[in-house]
Parts: sequence; structure tokens; C-alpha cells
Amino acid sequence: MPPDTEKRRTSLGEIVTNNYVWRSIFRHGYADTPRNRVLQVSANVWLHLHPSKMRRHGIRYRHTWCAGGLTFLLYLCTVVTGVVLMFYYRPTGEYAYWDIKYLDFDVPFGMIMRNMHRWSAHGMVIFIWLHMFRVFMTGSYKPPREFNWVVGVNLLTLTLLLSFTGYLLPWDQLAIWAVTVGTNMARATPLLGNEGPFGPQLGMTPRYDARALLTAGTVVGAPTLLRFYVLHCIFIPIIASILMILHFWRIRKDGGISGPL
Amino acid sequence: MAENITPAVIQDQEEVKVTSGRARAALPAADLPDKVHTWPYLVRAEFISGCVLLLVLLVWSITVDAPMEDPANPTKTPNPSKAPWYFLGLQEMLVYFDPWIAGVLLPTLIIVGLMVIPYIDINPKGNGYYTWSERKFAIGVFLTGFLGMWVGMITIGVFFRGPGWNLFMPWDYWDPHLVRPLTNIDLPYYLGIRSEMGAMLLGAILVLGWLVGVPGAIYQWKKDHPLMKQLGLVRYGIVATLFMIMSGVLVKMALRLTLNIKYILVIPNILNI
Repeated sequence: MPPDTEKRRTSLGEIVTNNYVWRSIFRHGYADTPRNRVLQVSANVWLHLHPSKMRRHGIRYRHTWCAGGLTFLLYLCTVVTGVVLMFYYRPTGEYAYWDIKYLDFDVPFGMIMRNMHRWSAHGMVIFIWLHMFRVFMTGSYKPPREFNWVVGVNLLTLTLLLSFTGYLLPWDQLAIWAVTVGTNMARATPLLGNEGPFGPQLGMTPRYDARALLTAGTVVGAPTLLRFYVLHCIFIPIIASILMILHFWRIRKDGGISGPL
Repeated sequence: MAENITPAVIQDQEEVKVTSGRARAALPAADLPDKVHTWPYLVRAEFISGCVLLLVLLVWSITVDAPMEDPANPTKTPNPSKAPWYFLGLQEMLVYFDPWIAGVLLPTLIIVGLMVIPYIDINPKGNGYYTWSERKFAIGVFLTGFLGMWVGMITIGVFFRGPGWNLFMPWDYWDPHLVRPLTNIDLPYYLGIRSEMGAMLLGAILVLGWLVGVPGAIYQWKKDHPLMKQLGLVRYGIVATLFMIMSGVLVKMALRLTLNIKYILVIPNILNI
């Protein structure tokens, strides 16, 4: 700071920030002091997920690959673009396909919203695998983080189910047959599928078994579309979000990013 | 940043300097403080990687359109009908196993197997850092399962499977009328056993021997090994079962692809493995 402080003119930045209203919103300054560095994290509702100080290796790309954080970022991308798509999409047999066509050709930025939704969903699958790979290779599932790994495996499963339920929604040939192949396997569930071991003996029929529960009928049809839509937009995202809260909270409670003991 | 530091924080200047790049290079690693501020060091790394990812996503979304085919038509089955790419590993297993094993049992075992990893891997080494020499078995199994089998089978499903789920090279023409003769036979038949009872008996011996006999024999043999004592019978049983099932899948795939073996054990109407 220059010695003739009192002679200095007030800058525009000071006029904006040096008043009662601004300081009621932002409690601390931006000057690079150790105190402010801590407050930037601990006084920020989004950043306070992080500890205010962390071990040195944890900030290195080569340790974490940022894969977990980027998985979450891609999830946020799918949420934002997905909500936009929901304004235009009706999950019924007669409208679904043509609503997607309408999005692709007539809605301003409709195509890029759909593209970003689809590619960030694929990216999320890839990044969650990378994250699992990295966590395994650094042995980060070892004590005390055993349970957080279990939560992570559940999140991986939910991510795949989110992708799978979303795959049906364009209601084109690719969608219906991919989901037909996928749901056909449920036919063979032991005890609960009509073609599975001991299924018929327990009274399972094509109309009344695990697959029928999933597809809401004997074939992948309009009722399946509605069912997958609700699973995709409401049910699985809520469960996944709850598990993400648990997952992120456990990272802190289990001692932050893993490192050499 | 160092130029603007006010006198009040001079005593903290040292730390700020030490953590900045150029000064760090001059210091031996042991003299560095163990902890750094999350702001700016971690937040900066996250911000940059997030920006790069969003940029790639945006460019990708501008240049590559999401697929859109003809309207859904339940009366027109495409050949091949492929599951979404991330499930093609499971669809590939349908080639080698009955649907309830490939589509239900093995996926369940993959998920459960992943979840129990922290509870069966009792090696305390390699916690929080990369190492190969300290956990060769764990990493070897994981790489085989994840890269070799899961990613490998997805690659086969995406690039090498065409009409009739026949194998095609990526540059081959997908001939929908191609018929590959199915000469698959069961393993006991291949070994010369012609009676149904005998085939069932041999199949049961092989499968049970693989899943129970081999792990049991190793347990008897290495019972007094310190590692085995540490593991305990239950944990060893889970490790051995999961390991033998995983390598069993590989063995079955190899038998099918090289000798056209269809099943090893056939118990009519109940179980085919």
C-alpha cells in the first residue's frame, strides 16, 4: 500500500464494496491475507464442502485426476440441461418422438441442450469409472474410508440406471430396442422372472414378474416410457442426490482426501 | 500477490511465499509446510479443470449431434439390437452364459463384489498413494476385471459385434445374411463322455472343483500361513469365491472362443454353466 493513503482518491470498487449493504452480503474482504483465504472457504456455502486447509498432495491433478469433482460437475450439467428439456418434452407414445424432433429443429438452442444433456451423461459414466479407478489405485477405500467406497459403488449403479432410463426417452428405434435388450434380462431373474430359475413355479408370468414391473407391461411401450420418465427425472435423481450429500460429507468426516499416513 | 501485502500480515508473508511456485522449487520437500490453503490452491485447480471440461463438452455438443433414428417401432427389430454402450459388457456375457447368469447373477456379483472390496482387502499398505509393489494381488485382480474384462468386453460389443451378434472387424461389411455354423458342444461331450449321467457328473465335478475344491485345497495347504490366519476362514472364502467366479468367466470365454464349448455343466431345466 502506498504511504500517502489519506490522499488517495476512492476508487469505484471501494464505493461499491465499502458500504453497509455490500458488507451485509460479503462478510470479509478480498485482500490476499491468510485470514481471508480461510474465510473464502469457510464462509462460502458452496466452498465450505472443502476444508479451509488441506494436505499438499491433495491439490495435485496427478493424485486425484479431479475425476470425482468433474463427475459431479457433469451431473450438474445434466440437471440444468435436463430441466430445460423437460419444458418441451411429453413422455407419451404419441408425442415423445416428435417433441424431440421439435427440440432439435425448432426450439432455439434445443439441439445443443439435448446434445449437452446426452454427452454430459455419457461423460458422467466415463468420469465415474475414472474416479473409481483412481480411488482404487490410491487405495483410498482403505480404513477409515470403507463405507464411503460402498456409497460410491451405489452412486455408480444409480448413474448407470439414470443413463439407462434416459436412453428410452427419445422414443426412437435406438431407444426402444436398447431398452428391450436391457429389460429382457429381467425376465430371467431367479424367483422373480417368468423365465428365471424357479420363476414359473412361484407363479411368475410375462404379465406379472420383475420385467413387467420395470416395463409396466409385457413389451416396451408407452407405459414403459412414462415409468422410465418418472424414474429418470424424479426418483433416481433424488436418491442419487441424497447419496451424493452423504458421499461428500463422508469425505470430510473420514479425514479429507486420502494421502500417505 | 506478494507486492500488495499490508504490514499487518507481514508475519504471514513467509508462508505465502513458500507456497508459491518459484520459491517451492528452491526448497527441499521436507521443509515445505504439510498443509496449504484450499483457496486458492485447490479451488484454482478445480476451476481450471471444470472450465476445460465444460469447454470440451460445449465444442463436442456443437459439433456432434445426439443420435436420433426412426420413430420407435415394436414390429421392426434392428439387427443387431445393442444395449447402451455401458451395458455391452453384460450383453457380451450373454454369449457365454444363460440370461439369468449373464444378466442377473453376474451384475449382482460385480456390484456386491465391488462393495465388499474394502472389507476383504486387509492389506494396510498403499493407503492413499500409488503403489504397485505393495499391493500386487489387489491391483492385478482389479486391472484384470475392470480394464481387461469390463472395458474389454464393452470394446468388443461396440466395435466387433454385428448382425446376428457375429464377430466382425470394424472395417468388415455387416452382412445381415451371414450364417456362422453353430458347432458348439458341451465340454464333457468334447472329452468323449456320451452318457447324460456321466456328463452331468463330470460337469458337476469340474464346476464344484473350481468353485469349492481349488479354494478349499489352497486353504488346507496354506492354513498356517500368517496371511491366511489374518484373513480368517470367512474372509478367505469370500475372496476365493469372487476370485474363482471372475477367473471362471474368463476360462469359460476362452473355452468358447477357442474350442466352441457351449456348457461345462448341464442339469436339464435347472442349471447350465
